[in-house]
Amino acid sequence: MIYLELLWSFFQIGLFSIGGGYAAMPLIQHQVVDVHPWLTMTQFTDIMTIAEMTPGPIAINSATFVGIQVAGLPGAVIATVGCVLPSCVIVLTLAYVYYHFRGLTLVQGVLAGLRPAVVAMIASAGLSIICMAFFGERNLPANLETVDLAAVGIFAVCLFCLRKWKLHPIAVMAGAGAAGLLLYSIF
Amino acid sequence: MDNQKPDYWKLFISTFELSACTFGGGFVIIPLMRKKFVDELHWIEEQEMLDLTAIAQSSPGAIAVNASILVGYRVGGALGALTTVLGTVLPPLVIISLISLCYTAVRDSAVVSMVMAGMLAGVGAVICDVVLNMLKSLVETKRVLPLAILVLAFAAVRFWGVNIVVIILVCGTVGAADTLLRMKKEAVQS
Repeated sequence: MIYLELLWSFFQIGLFSIGGGYAAMPLIQHQVVDVHPWLTMTQFTDIMTIAEMTPGPIAINSATFVGIQVAGLPGAVIATVGCVLPSCVIVLTLAYVYYHFRGLTLVQGVLAGLRPAVVAMIASAGLSIICMAFFGERNLPANLETVDLAAVGIFAVCLFCLRKWKLHPIAVMAGAGAAGLLLYSIF
Repeated sequence: MDNQKPDYWKLFISTFELSACTFGGGFVIIPLMRKKFVDELHWIEEQEMLDLTAIAQSSPGAIAVNASILVGYRVGGALGALTTVLGTVLPPLVIISLISLCYTAVRDSAVVSMVMAGMLAGVGAVICDVVLNMLKSLVETKRVLPLAILVLAFAAVRFWGVNIVVIILVCGTVGAADTLLRMKKEAVQS
């Protein structure tokens, strides 16, 4: 039964991927290339590229893509459901616990310890994205000459608009996309 | 939870819109959600949003999905969570379904990759803006421990490749120990 197999595979992907999209990639590959003959390795690389180019979490994007390839639109829906089901159960339980016990002094202490760590993780993810935009790599390269000046310019203008004029992030991102199209077609 | 009836439609539209604009991984949706639900709609408090982010990160699954479940639960209980999951999952479902019809053309399209390269720089700026705001409110607490945790956690995730779950556990324990110590000190003093 293909629908059950899809549901179960993506349930496992949803359950075992902790810490964001890049952690999910090897799990997805294992399920859809190694365990099941759903995608070839080339197709898998393609969907990872597309998942990065389109909005939405990588796991959801690949669930939809694999589901459609294997069993059409119902397959896509079922794979997506499988993917979010573990999150729903676990996160709802944690949300319940959080809202019932966050008044406790000890829980307040735990949360106070977590907040700076969260800021650090967001900062690190931001740095990866900035390096990706400027140099095409997730880390600062040894040779800084490979820098993409158009990207640096877009970044600077966007940051200025956000800090100085408090423009809406979605408007800024749309503007950045348009600027990218313009600058990269000229140069 | 608020006494007034939660606005499910607004909840759905908000998460749909955010999800449709979240390029570049789960961390991007956190700043966008903060802007929407903390600054614009005032449905969630600043500190609470950081707590929800910590829960979203340390739970399995996509961060964007987890965060939207938490926001939905906060605003409208289980039904709210269902609303936000739908809002978050629908845009990628629709977009990928359409793209899968002609995915090789999209993959090789120069226009798409130019727009994406521009948006990536924009996303970097959005995250940078949010991190600066968060840093400001951390510095304003005028305590050394949060800043120490910030620096060490950054080094751990960035340079030492420590697993996020380990970082969350350690920082939570440190926070709890710090609170216990301070409670003891206050008890001795009084």
